This record gives sequence, C-alpha cells and structure tokens, in this order.
Amino acid sequence: MVLIEMKQLTKHFTNGADCVIALDSLDLSVEEGEFLGVMGPSGSGKSTFLALLGGLSRPTTGQLVIDGIDVYQLGQEKLADFRREYLGFIFQSHNLVPFLTAHENVMLPLTVTGRKSSEKREMAEAVLEKVGLKDRLLHLPQQLSGGEQERVAIARALVNNPPLILADEPTGSLDSRTSDQIMELLNGLHGAGQTIVMVTHNRENRRWFDRTIALKDGRIDPDHSDRRQPLAEVV
Amino acid sequence: MRLEHIVFNNIKRRKGRAAFLLLGLMIGVATVVSLLSLSSALSMRAQHELEQFGANIMITPETDHLSLSYGGVSLGGVSLTASEIPEGSLAAIDTIRNRRNIAAIAPKVLGAVDLNGQHVLLMGVDPKVEFGLKKWWSVSGRVMSGPDELVIGSAVSRQLNLAMGETLDLNGRSFTIVGILNETGSQDDQLILAELATAQSLLGKEGVVTMVEIAALCHDCPVEDMVRQLQEVLPGVDVQAVQQVVKTRMHAIAQFKLLSYGVAAVVMLVGALLVFVTMMGAVSERTREIGIYRAIGFRRFHVLRLVLVESAVISAGAGLLGYLLGVGVTLGALPLLSDSPTGWHFDPVIAVGALVAAVCVGLLAALQPAFRASRLEPSEALRAL
Repeated sequence: MVLIEMKQLTKHFTNGADCVIALDSLDLSVEEGEFLGVMGPSGSGKSTFLALLGGLSRPTTGQLVIDGIDVYQLGQEKLADFRREYLGFIFQSHNLVPFLTAHENVMLPLTVTGRKSSEKREMAEAVLEKVGLKDRLLHLPQQLSGGEQERVAIARALVNNPPLILADEPTGSLDSRTSDQIMELLNGLHGAGQTIVMVTHNRENRRWFDRTIALKDGRIDPDHSDRRQPLAEVV
Repeated sequence: MRLEHIVFNNIKRRKGRAAFLLLGLMIGVATVVSLLSLSSALSMRAQHELEQFGANIMITPETDHLSLSYGGVSLGGVSLTASEIPEGSLAAIDTIRNRRNIAAIAPKVLGAVDLNGQHVLLMGVDPKVEFGLKKWWSVSGRVMSGPDELVIGSAVSRQLNLAMGETLDLNGRSFTIVGILNETGSQDDQLILAELATAQSLLGKEGVVTMVEIAALCHDCPVEDMVRQLQEVLPGVDVQAVQQVVKTRMHAIAQFKLLSYGVAAVVMLVGALLVFVTMMGAVSERTREIGIYRAIGFRRFHVLRLVLVESAVISAGAGLLGYLLGVGVTLGALPLLSDSPTGWHFDPVIAVGALVAAVCVGLLAALQPAFRASRLEPSEALRAL
C-alpha cells in the first residue's frame, strides 16, 4: 500500500533577483513499510526534500499526500497537529532540548496531547527502554554520549507511534561503530514494519535501504537511483 | 509533563538569564512601590497633621471693619461691642450634608473686661472642646472646671503679676486662677479664659456667641463644600476656611506625588524594555529549540504560550520580591524624610497593583518576542542547526 505520494512537488527560493529551484517537479511514491534512502551531494535538494516531506515548509507547486491526507491543504495549526500525529523526526545530533532530561525530551511530543501525565511518563519510559537507555532517564543531553543522544532522538521520534519516520543524517556526527549501532536500531524498527525515509550522504548506509534515490539539482538522478521494483536490489 | 513544565525547567536550568530579568524588574517594582508608599504615607501624615492643626473653619459675624481683633473678629474700635451670633442658631450646623465630617464645634464669646484698671480680653469657651481642639496649648496647673475658675495667658500673668491660685475680681465677681497658659507666641497669651456661660453673663451676652471654630475631617470632602453648606444654614454670618499652611504642605506633597508617578512610569517603561530585549534575545538564542518544538508538532499557540508563561512567571516573582523590597525601602526612608514615627501601613492596592503591573508589563513586553517565536518557520528554525 502506498503511504507517501509526491506529485510534481516543486520548491523555488528567491534570493534577490535570483530564483533557485531547490526541488523540480518531483514525482515519488513510497510504500508502507519501506526503508527509503535519499542521497546526493550538498545542494542537491536533500534538505528541501525532507522539509517538504515533513510538513516543515510549503512547496511552490505540487501536491503531497500522506496516508490519504493532502498535507499542504492543511492550515498552519492543523499542519502542526499532522506532524505530531503522523511523523517522527530524527535530526542530526545535538537536536535535543538542552535543559530537559532524556525522559523529558522523549515526552516532548506528548506534552501538547491530552494524555494523562502518568501515561506520558510510561510511554516515554517504554520507548527509551526499546532503544536501550532505560538507565539514562534522568540524564541531561550534555551528560550523554553522541550515540546515546541519537538514541534519545530516535525514542522521541517513536514515542507517538507515527506511521512515518523521517531521519536527517542521523549518523552524520557519529563514529562508524556507533553509526552501525544506530543503523541497526533503525533497521530493527524497519523489520517491525516501520516506514522510514532517511537522508544521508554516506554511501556506506546504502546497504540498509530497501531502495535508494539520488537527488541532483532538485531532480531524481536515474543513473544513481534504484529502479522501483524489486525493492531488494541492494547495491 | 505539560508546557508549564518546560517553562519551569528552562528557568531552573538557565538561572542566569532568569535571575537577570528578575533582578531588573524587581528593582523597578521596588522603586515604584517605595515612591508610591512614601508619597502616600507623607500625605497621610499631612492629613493627620491637618486634623491636629485644630480648627479649619471659622464662623464669625458679618462685619465690615476690622480693628481690635482676634482671629478676624472685629470688636469694634470704640464700643468694643461686635455683632453676635445667636447661640440657638448653631444647632443648624448639625443639619448640613457633611455633618459627619465635623469633629468638633467650639463656640466662644469674646469681650473686654476690667482687671485692676486695665482692659483685658475675656474669652468664654467650652473647656473640653477648646483644649481638645488646640492641642498646642499646654497649661501649668489645670483646665478650669467650674464657673468660678479661670485660666490666664502668660502675658496677662506677667504684666499683671498674677500667679497660680490667686483670686481676682472681674466685673464684681471673684474668680480663682487654676491654670496659666504656657507661652504660645500668639494672641492667646493675652487672654483670660473662662467657661462659656460664665463669660456670657459677665459680658452681658447671654445666649450669643462671638465666633465659632469648627474642626472638619476632610479626607474625602473639600473644605470649600462644607463652607458653602454652612453658609446656607447660617444666613448672616461669615464662614471661612482656614487652611493656608496645610494647603502649602499638601501642595508640596501633591508635587512629590506627581513626580513619583512620573518616575514610576519611566521606571516601568525601562522595565518593559528590559523584558523586551531579554525575551527577544532569548527567542533568538532558542531559535533551534523552537524549531524542534514546531517540528515535533507544537502549534504556534503552544510556542506563544511557552514564551508568555515564562515571562509572566518571572515577572510575578519580580513583582512579589520587588514589593517586599519596596516596603523595606519605604520603612527605611520614612524616618529620614520626617521626624515622627513611620506612617507606613499595608495598602492592598499597592500590593496587588505591584503584582498585577509587573505581570502586565512582563506579558506586554514579551508579546512581540512571543509572536516572533511562534511565527518562526520550522524549517528556517532548523536551518540554524
């Protein structure tokens, strides 16, 4: 079943008189349960792609449908609700709120929901246990290692049980051993049926993906992208 | 965990910024509170002194020439007789609208008597009322308490060689001196004081009085109003307000009050600017954090609330501490500004006002930064990574 449907998604940035086309008429669909890798050099449109997919920015033209919802027809506040209910974001490291403990950081997305406090605490604890940080609940981000911080970020993305996880260079600032551990964690989630879209410039990571697309100048570069089927054609 | 939890954690774990804001606002609130408390205490004290001052309304017969006079009452140059006020008409004073503001009515009769061949001014008074009204009068001996007793002024005592306990003859009646008025430096030194009824019969003025002094408590009513009301019920007499000294004093305090309000306004404005700049800085500094909140599904409204609640919490703390500090400063400064003991009293308006004003200033000044924070595009905010 198709979870994400991008139709002619285009994003222009105007910089004075210049008009930069960051994303050019992108057509893409992602199946439920797929682990999609998005690669490309810097400036290829990866960040714009992720921002648009995550409802963080608005396209110049085009349509994005996720789970049957026409995302950019939603108003500002509804769009925020959509992000909360449908998406889990994993940003590059150092993206935790510095004055909140690991436990509190994971609870953040639940803060603005109507759930009971005890329920919020239990949900956050359960997901921190899942990523192997049960004994780090009360640590502040600065007291955690890079890998642990990344795990907290993953836990925070998972706490709402969102249908889609978006990851932006989650291993960008980690050494290769820790990187592998994080990728294994994500792969485990994928194995449990989680849909994940991950942006990376690290070719090493390609082996984890069901499918990889490469972006170049705001378009999909067919020479470096996998074909649609079969999914398991790993390079 | 709720939104407020984030606010409190932020304040708790980034103490420096919160402390700076708290301290700045606190000093502002303390300044305003102490200025307002001081001016209120000083004006209370002046008001109090105004009551101590004695009479502030004078009722005299209508007259058109002035000569031998006391307190503006003409005794006439030659005849030493003046027009009088019938004692019976004074009952009308108790019928005026502001009668509850009247603290004391002191009727008196004046006339010249012969004492050892000299003319001396005799004043008949109601001793209880008169001595209560003129708190600055002090008597060696005691106040007269019977129809045969007199109190004499210090000048009379000196010039006529009269001492305490002596008896003297006035218009053929004999009296005992039971008290001597200590020197006042005023015309009072030249008086002989007797009970009203005694003086009336001595002077042949039964049933009339020469003048009436009235002490009015005028916290909330202008004396001029009462003067007008008295004039209405007492036709044919002169009613005047005596208040120049107090008025000057009150004017100075009114000026101080005005200055206090001005300084308070400036201080609060500076406080508002401080909050504005600090919160603006905080929002810029927290751009990334706000981006994360927005990305994980906080509405604009939630971000707005985060900033406003933070400012309100700190401002409320500053209001409370500033009020306490302001009261402390007031208590410390009052003895320096005036010699009588402190006139400070708890004023709920200033207490609640300080808290409400601090929170309002905090909220108003944080509005713009809060809106800016809530309008951050999440993708822009995250680009600050």
